[in-house]
Amino acid sequence: MKAGGPDDVALRCADLHRSLGQGASRVHVLKGVSFEARRGQVYAIVGPSGCGKSTLLYLLGLLDLPDRGEIWIDGRLMSNSQDAERTAARGEHIGFVFQFHFLMMEFTALENVMMPMRKLGRLSADAMAERARQLLDAVGLGEKTHRFGTQLSGGEQQRVAIARALANQPSIILADEPTGNLDVKNSAIVFDLLTRLAKENGQAVVLVTHNPEIAQRCDFRKPMRDGVFV
Amino acid sequence: MSPNIRIALRFLTAKKSSMMMSLSCIVLGVGLFIVTQATTSGFKDYFIKTVLGTDGAVRIQDKMQSSMQSIAAGGNDSPFEIQVQNGQKYIEGIDYPGQLETMLRTFPNVSAVSEVLHGQATIRSSFKDDTIQVYGIHLDDHLRVSDLGTQIVEGSLLDFRTNPDRALLGREMADRLQLKIGDTFQLEAAGMFHRYKVGAIYETGVEDVDRVRLYLNMEEARSLLKKPTGASYLQVNLFDKNRAEADAGWMAQVLQHSVASWQYRERTWLRVFRALSVSTIITVSIFTLIAALAMFNTLAMIVMEKTKDIAILRSMGYTRQDISRIFLWQAAIVLAIGCAAGCLLGLGVTYAVEQLPLPIRGIFATNHFIVNYSIWHYVGAVVTAVIMVMIASLLPSRRAARLEPGDIIRGTAQ
Repeated sequence: MKAGGPDDVALRCADLHRSLGQGASRVHVLKGVSFEARRGQVYAIVGPSGCGKSTLLYLLGLLDLPDRGEIWIDGRLMSNSQDAERTAARGEHIGFVFQFHFLMMEFTALENVMMPMRKLGRLSADAMAERARQLLDAVGLGEKTHRFGTQLSGGEQQRVAIARALANQPSIILADEPTGNLDVKNSAIVFDLLTRLAKENGQAVVLVTHNPEIAQRCDFRKPMRDGVFV
Repeated sequence: MSPNIRIALRFLTAKKSSMMMSLSCIVLGVGLFIVTQATTSGFKDYFIKTVLGTDGAVRIQDKMQSSMQSIAAGGNDSPFEIQVQNGQKYIEGIDYPGQLETMLRTFPNVSAVSEVLHGQATIRSSFKDDTIQVYGIHLDDHLRVSDLGTQIVEGSLLDFRTNPDRALLGREMADRLQLKIGDTFQLEAAGMFHRYKVGAIYETGVEDVDRVRLYLNMEEARSLLKKPTGASYLQVNLFDKNRAEADAGWMAQVLQHSVASWQYRERTWLRVFRALSVSTIITVSIFTLIAALAMFNTLAMIVMEKTKDIAILRSMGYTRQDISRIFLWQAAIVLAIGCAAGCLLGLGVTYAVEQLPLPIRGIFATNHFIVNYSIWHYVGAVVTAVIMVMIASLLPSRRAARLEPGDIIRGTAQ
């Protein structure tokens, strides 16, 4: 199903609702959020802790199911789709960058970047390795491709995570506080990398951040409070 | 290599000590399974070989006769009577062994038949007297239905074949009477005394045979026991010994004689061996169960430790099936290594056990442990390990597959 919007809309959601918790402690976190992200643009979702930023990001990334509302990824309605379809869409259209890097520590930087490509299976093994090297070069880790996660600093790990998010050339990059665990210098490096590479490749970047400087440098700021954009 | 196997291999190396524990349990379980089955079935098979080599696959003896009863045809006062069959009785011995032999040779599974005449006698040596059982045989026929040829431990069958006054004595009988090759002794039966010489000494290992059974040439036995015709029983050899029970039933119907297969004759011992085999299978299966529990424990720990990796894999497009397979592959890899090493361990220990000295006499004769090298023991051990370990691995792998990536990243994974 097509969203009906212009072709450069990579991600769109409408009237998203989500409650978390069980029984009496159940909280209505998202209360009818609508949003769209265009290719080549960087969006910052900002707001106080608990306002529903991350919950929205996981819904947009098809990692969670909304109670109500619709999500379109590259024009396809995905909010009601089956788990297998949503999983395939994640692999093909969405790249994630998380606050705590989430590298697989038993694998080298190169292998971590190749991991999504191996699952998608579009490229040959040599082509995958070549693309992974290029991406690691692009994030400044061309010399550290064969280092394991444990042999990389926090900033380096996050750069590997960015390279991994870009591996399958997704149309959407979702980043949950990508600089939240880094010092100022590394935060700037990671943010610059993310936005530069995303813009070069025409990808829509949606990031959740508490950092006002980072938010200020994005193309769009979307402040959130109590489960709605304000 | 598929990405799932690649990830499984790396996850394995991350939990080396736990995996080594699981691996050791599988190796031990598989190895012990093989060794216990090799020894248990080794003794059982050797017992069966001894039984077949001594008393043959099938024994035909005693003629069957239907017993009839007269009943009044029309009530108690009726002058008319009818004959009805009310059972069967057995008449000892075989009157016309030649006829039965001819009929037996039409059975496709029958390879040889030996006529045996049997009777009790008293043996008198210079040392002591004793009661024994005399068996009259045609040597060449009997060699085709028994292992008598290979059971000779002293003397030679040639002497027995060419000299009618030669006898074959069991090892225990010869020792008890202090008789040696060439020694003379007397047999008394039906008031007649005959003098014989020890031609050869045999040993079956079966105490009840070696202590009391003395073989004579058939004509000598007929003369001693005063049985000029007939036979006590026919000893039959079969091409396929395992079909003896079915063939025995068929022979009984056709020949109208009682027919006993080796499985029927030795049913008590065979039950003992079966119980022993089941008991050892249960014991070693517990080892394999421990291996399965160790694997369950290891995988459950890995699932707990790798929840974030599971989340990141799911976010990259890895399906629930992929996650489940990653954990099942880990079990399969450890299982494959464990089974291979376990089979080698089983083979090595079986060989070592075979070298152990263990003198046994009574139901068979051996001086060392008897083992049986059978591919089916290895197949059984591997199949048991595969079933137990894979079932134990299903639970953690399914748990891993059910994890919701959103919950893990949010930090609320249960």
